[in-house]
Amino acid sequence: MTTLTEAPPPLAPGPAATDEKPPRRRGRLTPYWLLLPGILWLLLFFALPLVYQASTSVQTGSLEEGYKVTWHFATYWDALSAYWPQFMRSVLYAGTATALCLLLGYPLAYLIAFRAGRWRNLILILVIAPFFTSFLIRTLAWKTILADGGPVVGALGSLHLLDVTSTLGITAGDRVLATPLAVVCGLTYNFLPFMILPLYTSLERIDGRLHEAAGDLYAKPFTTFRKVTFPLSMPGVVSGTLLTFIPASGDYVNADLLGSTDTRMVGNVIQTQFLRTLDYPTAAALSFILMAAILLIVTLYIRKSGTEDLV
Amino acid sequence: MEQYEPDRLAPARLAALRRGFGSGRASLTRRSVLRAATGGAFALGGIGSLSACGIPAAKNTAGVSSEDHSAAEKRLNFSNWTEYMDVDESEKHHPTLDAFTRRTGIKVKYTEDINDNVEFFGKIKPQLAAGQDTGRDLICVTDWLAARLIRFGWVQKLDPSNLPHAYANLSQQFRTPDWDPGRAYSYPWTGISTVIAYNKKALDGEEVKSVSDMLDNPRLKGRVGFLSEMRDSIGMTLLDMDKDPAKFTDDDYDAAIARLQKAVDNSQIRRFTGNDYTSDLSKGDLAACIAWAGDVVQLKADTPEVDFVIPDSGYLTSTDNLLVPNKARHKTNAERLIDYYYEPRQAAELAAYINYVCPVDGVKAELARIDPDAANNPLIIPDAAMAAKSHAFRSLSQKEETAYEEKFAKLTGA
Repeated sequence: MTTLTEAPPPLAPGPAATDEKPPRRRGRLTPYWLLLPGILWLLLFFALPLVYQASTSVQTGSLEEGYKVTWHFATYWDALSAYWPQFMRSVLYAGTATALCLLLGYPLAYLIAFRAGRWRNLILILVIAPFFTSFLIRTLAWKTILADGGPVVGALGSLHLLDVTSTLGITAGDRVLATPLAVVCGLTYNFLPFMILPLYTSLERIDGRLHEAAGDLYAKPFTTFRKVTFPLSMPGVVSGTLLTFIPASGDYVNADLLGSTDTRMVGNVIQTQFLRTLDYPTAAALSFILMAAILLIVTLYIRKSGTEDLV
Repeated sequence: MEQYEPDRLAPARLAALRRGFGSGRASLTRRSVLRAATGGAFALGGIGSLSACGIPAAKNTAGVSSEDHSAAEKRLNFSNWTEYMDVDESEKHHPTLDAFTRRTGIKVKYTEDINDNVEFFGKIKPQLAAGQDTGRDLICVTDWLAARLIRFGWVQKLDPSNLPHAYANLSQQFRTPDWDPGRAYSYPWTGISTVIAYNKKALDGEEVKSVSDMLDNPRLKGRVGFLSEMRDSIGMTLLDMDKDPAKFTDDDYDAAIARLQKAVDNSQIRRFTGNDYTSDLSKGDLAACIAWAGDVVQLKADTPEVDFVIPDSGYLTSTDNLLVPNKARHKTNAERLIDYYYEPRQAAELAAYINYVCPVDGVKAELARIDPDAANNPLIIPDAAMAAKSHAFRSLSQKEETAYEEKFAKLTGA
């Protein structure tokens, strides 16, 4: 950082000026040295496993006889045709959870950024606080919240909301647990902070004077929000939805603990194929299909969203 | 510390700095991400070195049992399931293990790092397949996984001369499993009975005495649980269909799957669970489920509504077995520990704590001194009537195992 903090040349020639050296050039390689640990890390723990998985996906064999690379690309097609319902379900659940996160998270992020005043830090801590317990424990807690005889199900039942959701097929009979609704609730809850924090960061950066200017130009509060605040918060919306959608579509814990046989997501299939049926090629192929699908969806989404910055 | 003083920088440099942070090449923008994504995709496509990889055959590691350092190193690394060892009041010490160390001078590093057979297999597989030391001298796995490890040649043959008590005291019931006749490689740590558990309150007057009751009673719709362990769920269903899980055919298996599939399709079965059925059962979200008897004994103590029933058609017995993996450094020490737990006194102390079936003969009198109730509990010390109803799930070939697990995975939603 010495180059940034260089003092301007002294006005009067003094003794120091006489032994001034030519600018040193040894710093030129410094950025690359600083990059090295990160690059090594990525190579070792991202690129290499990826290559390994790619190779596994085109192998055939069994654990007993060993696996050999036979460029058996049919595994991809077989995996996709056998498990496309789980893929669709993953996209659907993750998409719904992301939309819910946005609906719940935006007002909260807005409140923290513009209205919370001295409570701002406290509310931010409350948003992050659930992370102090493990993902598994938080998900298991929802089993108690949504228990069949519990207050939530009781309230929903007496309001006859369960009849509505039952007709829609997102709950079954008089229970919420082991239904799609429970899985989406779990996903929404677990990934909500990933939505709120980027939203907050981008809302908080908006210059308050822009709101005043909008008011001066006779914009109603809603118009100000639509024309000024929301467009300026787009980077937060985009990165928040990505941070929610991507991990949610690969998640298997929520579907496993809160779901049932008809709510299994692609993450569950990969887990089963890898650990239980020991079909490593299919598991690897499924992982790559999921990666490709997410990459495609995200690319289309970023193109459509029309925002330039992501942070 | 020198300070960052923007005022003293040349205007051009300042502009460059701002560009760098906000909108220049360094910032994370839509285009840069798209570019990176495309680049990544191309890089993946261009990789031609995939064929260099491959997974070697499991069997090529036979005969890599290593030299034994037991005499020089008085140590033992023992991996076991959670809650599978007695603890004292402070919950920090394991009295029976401490007594073993006092007697033999062998320090035991006891690790509770087994939560799930399939996950544990995934964890130790890379080392064992490569013929390397797993860092464990003694592991405890359920019989189907023990059978697989023996089939792959990944565990060491035990030396009977180090196991006099184990040889003498092992219960008849556990002596000749078809996957390890005469117990050359393994000794049971505990026996596990798979039974039907229910919550009296949640049943609300309904009666559950068999798997058929669970599958066919419409009043239990959505409140019936099965286990995600294929052998337990299918085994109990086979028994209910008057088939013997010790010698069933492919057709019998398919019939059992079809029977369960019907119950899945009409939402009779709520879900397939791992160990987490215990909380569902005690809350009453599950009215009846396939369960492990040891869990039920412990659950009953906290939740009186929970109880179990043994169907007339019988129940399934499996075992968790102690094995010495290839390349383990302290094989003799491991054998001494196995033998130690086959002395009736130690076996009784362990059984009194963990409430699973004790595989050791001659324990009843010892156990009665510690806990008379446990000694009379047929789930811990099986009586003749209990033993007569016990059935084992036969061992499967690699091909059968893959095909059956695949079908079972489809049943549970993939």
